[in-house]
Amino acid sequence: MTSSLNVKATLVSLLILVLTVGLWYAATLPRAGSGTAGMTAEQIEYQKMLGKDPGAAKTGGFPTPAQMGETIWKHVSNPVYDNGPNDKGILIQLAYSLGRVGLGFLLACIVAVPLGFVIGMSPLLSRAFDPFIQVLKPISPLAWMPLALYTIKDSSASGVFVIFICSIWPMLINTAFGVASVRRDWLNVALTLEVSPLRKAFRVILPAAAPTILTGMRISMSIAWLVIVAAEMLVGGTGIGYFVWNEWNNLSLTNVIFAIGVIGVVGMLLDLVFGQLQKWVTYVE
Amino acid sequence: MSKLPTTTTTARHDPYDADRPLMLRCSCGQNHSPQEHHAALAAQAEEMANNHLEASLMKALFPVDSVRRNFLKAVGANTARAAIASVLPLGALQAMAQDKGPLEKTNLKIGFIPITCATPLIMAHPLGFYQKQGLNVDVVKTAGWALIRDKMLNKEYDATHFLSPMPLAISMGAGSNQVPMNVATIQNTNGQAITLANKHKDKRDPKMWKGFKFAVPFEYSMHNFLLRYYVAEHGLNPDTDIQIRVVPPPEMVANLRAGNIDGYLGPDPFNQRAVYEEIGFLHVLTKDLWNGHPCCAFGTSTEFIQKNPNTFAALYRAVLTAAAMARDPKNRELIAKVISPTQYLNQPETVVAQVLTGKFADGLGNIRTVPDRADFDPMPWQSMAVWMLTQMKRWGYVKGDINYKQIAEKVFLLTDAKKHMKELDQKVPDGAYPKFTIMGKVFDPARPDDYVKSFAISKQA
Repeated sequence: MTSSLNVKATLVSLLILVLTVGLWYAATLPRAGSGTAGMTAEQIEYQKMLGKDPGAAKTGGFPTPAQMGETIWKHVSNPVYDNGPNDKGILIQLAYSLGRVGLGFLLACIVAVPLGFVIGMSPLLSRAFDPFIQVLKPISPLAWMPLALYTIKDSSASGVFVIFICSIWPMLINTAFGVASVRRDWLNVALTLEVSPLRKAFRVILPAAAPTILTGMRISMSIAWLVIVAAEMLVGGTGIGYFVWNEWNNLSLTNVIFAIGVIGVVGMLLDLVFGQLQKWVTYVE
Repeated sequence: MSKLPTTTTTARHDPYDADRPLMLRCSCGQNHSPQEHHAALAAQAEEMANNHLEASLMKALFPVDSVRRNFLKAVGANTARAAIASVLPLGALQAMAQDKGPLEKTNLKIGFIPITCATPLIMAHPLGFYQKQGLNVDVVKTAGWALIRDKMLNKEYDATHFLSPMPLAISMGAGSNQVPMNVATIQNTNGQAITLANKHKDKRDPKMWKGFKFAVPFEYSMHNFLLRYYVAEHGLNPDTDIQIRVVPPPEMVANLRAGNIDGYLGPDPFNQRAVYEEIGFLHVLTKDLWNGHPCCAFGTSTEFIQKNPNTFAALYRAVLTAAAMARDPKNRELIAKVISPTQYLNQPETVVAQVLTGKFADGLGNIRTVPDRADFDPMPWQSMAVWMLTQMKRWGYVKGDINYKQIAEKVFLLTDAKKHMKELDQKVPDGAYPKFTIMGKVFDPARPDDYVKSFAISKQA
């Protein structure tokens, strides 16, 4: 039953893809009527200056599926070249971005999980911290960036800081929520058995709250991946966000679309990893 | 025995100090033996050598002390220095008096914005000019002018591509912390244009621009000052009759296509790019407003120069060599090829070539030939700095009284540029304060405040 549903779903997915590419192809068909007949030599030269070499297709504007495929192949077939600080292969750019995200996310974990634990266990702290969390949570990475650049005085550290500050909140809130909503009877059992507080935290609360904490991490990771592109576009240098900015500079839509695709796929993979982790720690009664 | 004074050698040695006689027992004028003096000041020998040289020149020029004193009091030290430098090859003599020292720092990061204005400092990289000076330079593409400013203040960059009013603004603390910056050379002259969207082809008279939205790359830029000057000359108030937004150049093209802005005064290749994309046309080249106006600059912080004088001199030589090569029209096509790839400008080569060679499509169906559309004259004329300051004052970016000459001379290193050009056997023009003609009106750098007051449209009125 489920397998036949899977097959059907795959077929529908493929159909949607084919339709999209077909529409795309039709929409970007070259328009007729740009021959060189009846043009003076100067007009032909003028056309050349606009990049419309008679007989050759002008690259630029919205790409056709064929141009898109060519670009994807170009990047994928040579992913790790390094032509100095301003031109690197797509895998190198991705590695830089993932490194920044990883570092910022790790720092956020180190702060958010213990702090969330404390907040979750203490209703007093929970209320005291709440207003700050609510105010800081909705701030965009782009708003943090100038402040970070000014105070940290280092652009790559600023990038990591922005990841940190934006991905900390979902983890903090979820950890606090998970810890606060551990079942009363489990805590009561721990109380009757007179377990030490540390043992209680690690053997009772942590396993019970783990799925919620991981949900927080999963949300945080997707936010971190969202933020990195914006941060790198602003700071420049390296990373997938810088790649997008550099190609935007060149007004090359093909490369920008390619980068969008890469960002989407990598984001999906990251999410899959956390989904798997979540499955492992979930306790089924 | 008296202790050695803690004041700097320059102050004690200054041959331009009107009140100090130059002939004393110890050459520094203090009451101690010359041996002691030399031991204590060996570290600053180079500077001393320069000052001794200038002092002996002064003595030769003015053997009578009272004459020298009156001369210095009458014209001031800086003018005297400039006047003497213009008749005597002071820089070259000083250079001969000292050996080229070892480089203090060889691994450098230089920031740039991917526009043709940065041509000399970019091309110096692929063509090996930095390497020839023993420098290992990374030229780093940067996302915007505010970031260039921040990375200079953070010391992430050792030197950088600036908009030439930026070092003046940063040195004065306008729009940032106050940190002394210097302009070593002007990167390019001319090379900008006002680009309008195709739908405005019939609105070539600026008087019809009321309500237009324009973009410039940064507030402290020649783009902003020239656009304001241009519309004001045509009777529009740039603060009330039109809108001027700060937009990064690549976004200017995208915004022009989307109809968000009506036009921009921006750097090339983005004027030519709008023509290439068939969304805009070149209304006027900035060359037609002020032929030979400066645009971008190459510079660094005063601190970097003081800490790394030999490295800075090596950078100077590399960039001046590149500028001399870029000046020559026959090299322009090669340069376009060299700086177009992804690593540098990341633009179609034909666009860059049209900008640099001056043979270009104007977006109106004509091919125009303007060989000096973009030029590369590295002289950091101090009168150019004074003009920028008058415009900052005119439009209210700086308030109060400005000591135009003092700031200009502090920030624009004209004497150094001349000295290094001489070392490289390049032709060095005379003078320090040439006058300029901007849209038919002569700017006299000696009377900046009168100039600011002379405009009908300004924030000063």
